[in-house]
Amino acid sequence: MQVPILKQGNYLIASVQSALSDDDLRLLRDDLSDRVGRFRSTGVIIDVTALDVIDSFATRTLQSVAQMLKLRGAYTVIVGIRPDVAFVMVQLGLTLADVGAALDLEEALEHLNNRRRRNLYEHRAKDTGEAGRLGRAGSSPNRPGLSPSRANRRADREGQPRSGHASPRSMEHGR
Amino acid sequence: MKRIVEKKTRQGANPPKFAAHPTVPHDEAKDLLLLQFVEHLRQNRMQLCEEWIEHIAQAELLTGMSKEETFTEATSVYDNYVEALESGSVEALQAYARTLCERVIPRGGETHEVVEIVLLLRDTLARSLLRKYQNDFKVFNIVLDAYEPAANRIANAVAVSFVQQQEEAIRRLSTPVLQVRERLLILPIIGVLDTRRARQLTEQLLRGIRDKRAKVVVVDITGVPTIDSKVANHLVQTVEASRLMGASVIITGMSSEIAQTLVTLGVDLSKVNAVGDLQGGIEEAERLLGYEVLRDPPCAGTEGHTGEKYASTHS
Amino acid sequence: MADESRINIRNPAEIVTARQQGRILAVQLGFDGSELTVIATAISEIARNILEHAKDGEVVISRCNHRKRYGICVVARDFGPGIADIDQAMQYGYSTHKGLGIGLPGTKLLMDEFHIMSVVGQGTTVTMKKWRH
Repeated sequence: MQVPILKQGNYLIASVQSALSDDDLRLLRDDLSDRVGRFRSTGVIIDVTALDVIDSFATRTLQSVAQMLKLRGAYTVIVGIRPDVAFVMVQLGLTLADVGAALDLEEALEHLNNRRRRNLYEHRAKDTGEAGRLGRAGSSPNRPGLSPSRANRRADREGQPRSGHASPRSMEHGR
Repeated sequence: MKRIVEKKTRQGANPPKFAAHPTVPHDEAKDLLLLQFVEHLRQNRMQLCEEWIEHIAQAELLTGMSKEETFTEATSVYDNYVEALESGSVEALQAYARTLCERVIPRGGETHEVVEIVLLLRDTLARSLLRKYQNDFKVFNIVLDAYEPAANRIANAVAVSFVQQQEEAIRRLSTPVLQVRERLLILPIIGVLDTRRARQLTEQLLRGIRDKRAKVVVVDITGVPTIDSKVANHLVQTVEASRLMGASVIITGMSSEIAQTLVTLGVDLSKVNAVGDLQGGIEEAERLLGYEVLRDPPCAGTEGHTGEKYASTHS
Repeated sequence: MADESRINIRNPAEIVTARQQGRILAVQLGFDGSELTVIATAISEIARNILEHAKDGEVVISRCNHRKRYGICVVARDFGPGIADIDQAMQYGYSTHKGLGIGLPGTKLLMDEFHIMSVVGQGTTVTMKKWRH
């Protein structure tokens, strides 16, 4: 089954409706990759609320989709991992590195907006990939003198305000 | 426990006696005699019940209950007990004992009293067994061998069922997930963390994150005396799983012993965000959330103006 | 209650069938929320393992009893190339394919019992159990 992809401003939203087969995932990957380029999207949200099992294969696939999209210039946020599923995933040792996570769509959009904000103010000179790592919990390799957690917290704080000026402008870029 | 050990030694000494009955395989004989005994118990139900209640009164158990109440409960336990002896299935008796506990405790009774009356019943029945077979010592031994393990198993099962029930209750009590602010949960952990409890805690926390839409969770382990590597890894897993659900975890109140243990064990702490005490943790969490509270209702299309406010911070 | 279900594993869709069947039986046996996910994920992992290494095999899901305990038993069987070094295959992070090397060792962590038997050239059988507590 094909995964529907919606465009929302600068971001793309893909809602996975059922258990994905390999072909579906390949299709999703190519589709997202194509649209990220076409719409110049900076963020992709993959909603997995409908998945009752996320095994190592699914994780690997989601991670590789995210890594690929990162190379295409978009940051990926996974949304809607259920409590049970999250618990099983960590028991298996699956942690979705390089991917953001949020409770629901709303949160994910916020997460992406914060990230954009952060990029614009703090890392104007740096490339997106490096700044991208700041978004992940507890890792900030490029901030000497601060503990990872602190840096992360500070980054979150600074990133919090909505991108009042920046976003609308860049959204026009997207269109 | 001690009784079981005693019984085993006795059983070990017994086989020569059974060898004296070569015509009947003694397992079968045992079963048959036990069934006979069960029948005897049914026939003498009232008499034995009264005897038992007398013992209960002598031992000053269940003093909070009236004679009639004690009698009703006692006959019920008796019937369940005989049933369990016959079928070997203790579940009905366990369930009954639990409900009995619920009735006894409000009257000032205690769990151990229920266990003790079950033990008294066992001994009352053993006495009756002795009376019935006192003329035939060989048969008495065989019936006793069948009766004792069954009776011990019942007593054991009843006792264990209480312990399990209490453990369960304590577990539920000891891991509350509290909401202190919107999007902020606190999970104070008190007491020793074993793997099972740690697991339950994680499940509760993750459900709490979803149900309360939490963004930050403060896990306070001030009340945790020690930690082993399994539980430590579990804590790290909890932090990870919370992240997968979009929430960040702050761990507070880590004692120097635990901190040292974690470092010595080489637990991967790169993902753990620790703050000294609960107060600091809540402050940190609020700082995290404080900026969020200022935000406009989140929605991608409607970019807020609060950015203005922060412009000075960033420039 | 269907006591046993047997699912052929030849394509990814059948992995989904297998874990759905596993979930159904687990519900009947009285497993609750997170345990259901654990069982479904474990089935998914070993079924995926069949598909990746042997292309063809089957998963048999049944109820199992041991003394007073009962639980769910999952047997995954294939007639593929087999595993030469089981200890190595069960090492966390080891993978012959491009995988994360988490499938089998991770699954072992999820279940109460996990046995793997393999003969090179003949195939692999994984038996795993989860007890009701």
